[in-house]
Amino acid sequence: MHDMLAEPAGAAAAQADGSVRLSAARPGDRGVIVSVGADTHPDAHGVDSDELLRRLLEFGFVEGALIEVLHEGAIRHDPIAVKLDDMRVALRRRDAEDVWVRLESR
Amino acid sequence: MSDATLTPARVALVGNPNTGKTALFNALTGSRQKVANYAGVTVERKEGHVTTASGRSLSILDLPGTYSLRARSPDEAVTRDAVLGRLAGEVEPDVVVAVADATNLRLVLRLILELRAVGRPMVLALNMYDIAQRQGLRIDLEGLQRELGCPIVTTVATRKRGIDELTAQVEALIASGAVSTENVWHEPGAAEIRGAHREAQRLLKAYVRPPERPDTITGKVDAVLLHPVAGLAILFSLLFLMFQAVFTWAAPAMDAINALAEWLGVVVNQNLPEGLLRSFIAEGVIAGVGSVLVFLPQILVLFFFIILLEDFGYMARAAFLMDRIMGGAGLHGRAFIPLLSSFACAIPGIMSTRVIDNKRDRIATILVAPLMTCSARIPVYTLIIGAFIPDTKVWGLSLQGLVMFGLYAAGIISALAVSFVTRRVFWRGAVEPFLMELPTYKLPSLENVARNVLLRAQIFISRAGRIIFPLMIVVWFLSTFPGPPAGATGPAIDYSLAGRLGHLLAPLLAPIGFNWQMTVALIPGFAAREVAVAALGTVYAIGEADSAAGGALSAQLAHNWSLATGLSFLAWYVFAPQCASTLAVVKRETNSWTWPTVMFLYMTALAYLASFTVYHVAVSMAGG
Repeated sequence: MHDMLAEPAGAAAAQADGSVRLSAARPGDRGVIVSVGADTHPDAHGVDSDELLRRLLEFGFVEGALIEVLHEGAIRHDPIAVKLDDMRVALRRRDAEDVWVRLESR
Repeated sequence: MSDATLTPARVALVGNPNTGKTALFNALTGSRQKVANYAGVTVERKEGHVTTASGRSLSILDLPGTYSLRARSPDEAVTRDAVLGRLAGEVEPDVVVAVADATNLRLVLRLILELRAVGRPMVLALNMYDIAQRQGLRIDLEGLQRELGCPIVTTVATRKRGIDELTAQVEALIASGAVSTENVWHEPGAAEIRGAHREAQRLLKAYVRPPERPDTITGKVDAVLLHPVAGLAILFSLLFLMFQAVFTWAAPAMDAINALAEWLGVVVNQNLPEGLLRSFIAEGVIAGVGSVLVFLPQILVLFFFIILLEDFGYMARAAFLMDRIMGGAGLHGRAFIPLLSSFACAIPGIMSTRVIDNKRDRIATILVAPLMTCSARIPVYTLIIGAFIPDTKVWGLSLQGLVMFGLYAAGIISALAVSFVTRRVFWRGAVEPFLMELPTYKLPSLENVARNVLLRAQIFISRAGRIIFPLMIVVWFLSTFPGPPAGATGPAIDYSLAGRLGHLLAPLLAPIGFNWQMTVALIPGFAAREVAVAALGTVYAIGEADSAAGGALSAQLAHNWSLATGLSFLAWYVFAPQCASTLAVVKRETNSWTWPTVMFLYMTALAYLASFTVYHVAVSMAGG
């Protein structure tokens, strides 16, 4: 079982449009980023929400980008490695909490 | 045009990390490179020179890689300030060369849009163009050139292709009288970054056709190397291999350096009349420089592996695998490489913490780096283990080897514990985000690896030399003056300042089982940990004791010290800040006396506590 209890935003609750938090995605999940934010847990990132948001955007986590979760770490499935458009990026689930992805049906 | 040939035009290389920017810098400048620091900051300044086909001289500055001019680390701030022309002591560049990985254009296009706002004349170098062609990636150079408003040159830095075209293009830009337009750059906000991405997306769609044969190797290799179980197993095997190599490959060279230093000492002793000058050259200069240079082979081997793995694209993966493990102790995934280097010597380890963006994350790493067992402790460990630990086997393993392993483990565990406590007690709050590109795997170019290893070596020698050499002189002075009175019977060091200081400190260290001979030996041991071995030899009057072999000394210690004292001395060396050079480097890197002071105090306290505990436990067990 995927240990989601430890994750900040709780379970992989889907939005009305079927999108999920990137922090709750599993390897193999792929889709399109529908919204990028950083403000659910403003104190959990070591930098303020605006700074985290800008860093995410700078690395290419933008609305419309294609994303696929490739790998995850051994401890608590963290961090994750994703394919973002045509590059690969590693990040922690905690910081990916407000990145919403509309998953492709597998 | 005589003016143009006299003052070289200044060219700055800017680009994302992993675009082969340094390879391009090497291809441009060859061996005409100079490494220094930027004024006031501890960021490496790499400058080189190239003469164009038409004889014009260009000075090339290799700026640290970045994704945005909105700088986060000291390295990135240098890039921003250099490009903006507001770096203290630097003249603004005449031309900016944006370096891009032709197979990965998205993020660099965004950076180029920022650079365009700065308004300097710019050339775009599409590097790794051979890989793009092999993948069947098509770039409409004409169209992109028109849209970006800057000339584009395709290059293959590792094969030195496109270099002449690049310099010709830079020259043409200067000759055309291109000057900077008004700088309208400002730190982009979220909305502007989104806008820049849309623009980059539009450019990609219009002028770049996706590869027909995209790279599939990286995905396949990652499936193994990033596997939660296999990936960690491979990482630890690699580390094990590296350590084996560091200690076995470097041994002959280290022996040779030791032998050379000894031989030089003998030559000096035979050819100079007895006196201060002879003592200064033989014991101060030669022994001092030798004790630093002896680590060079290990540092070279270690950096060979680190740079090889870095160029291959593995180091980002290692940080990925280690992030959560180190994160448990409050360390950033990027602290992994600095801590790894600290096993050879804390000095290059502390210097390489510059890759960590956040100041607190960086200082936490610096503070624990000296707890990693550096090679300078090995002679001390070997001597004491040889004297006190019986050469027997426990469960088929050598007891001496197990103790050695235990000392390494004690260092690692205490480093994690110290960092954990620091983050919980002093700097509460979350660790910086971990966002890292995992570059596509590439076969490293041996020439580039060799050049970078030599560069590291050069930096270590010059920096260590500037710090360590004066310290060795100070320690020599303390151990030599004043000289023994006529008719003195004890060893000369006993009468010196170091000796007096040792006697003065002896009552303080008596509770942890140290006798005055040990306290005296600790003073010169501040120059470098392993010097304590030679110093013990001097105090116990072994004469010209061979510091490496130490057979006679070992027997002498076994005779003079109790087992508890020996173990207490080992515990002391796991923690004690017995290295003035490390403290000096911390001062330089943090630009403040606060952190070396904190480091000295906490390490001394830990050392005292550990030795006290070990000594008293050992005494009570032996007595019971």
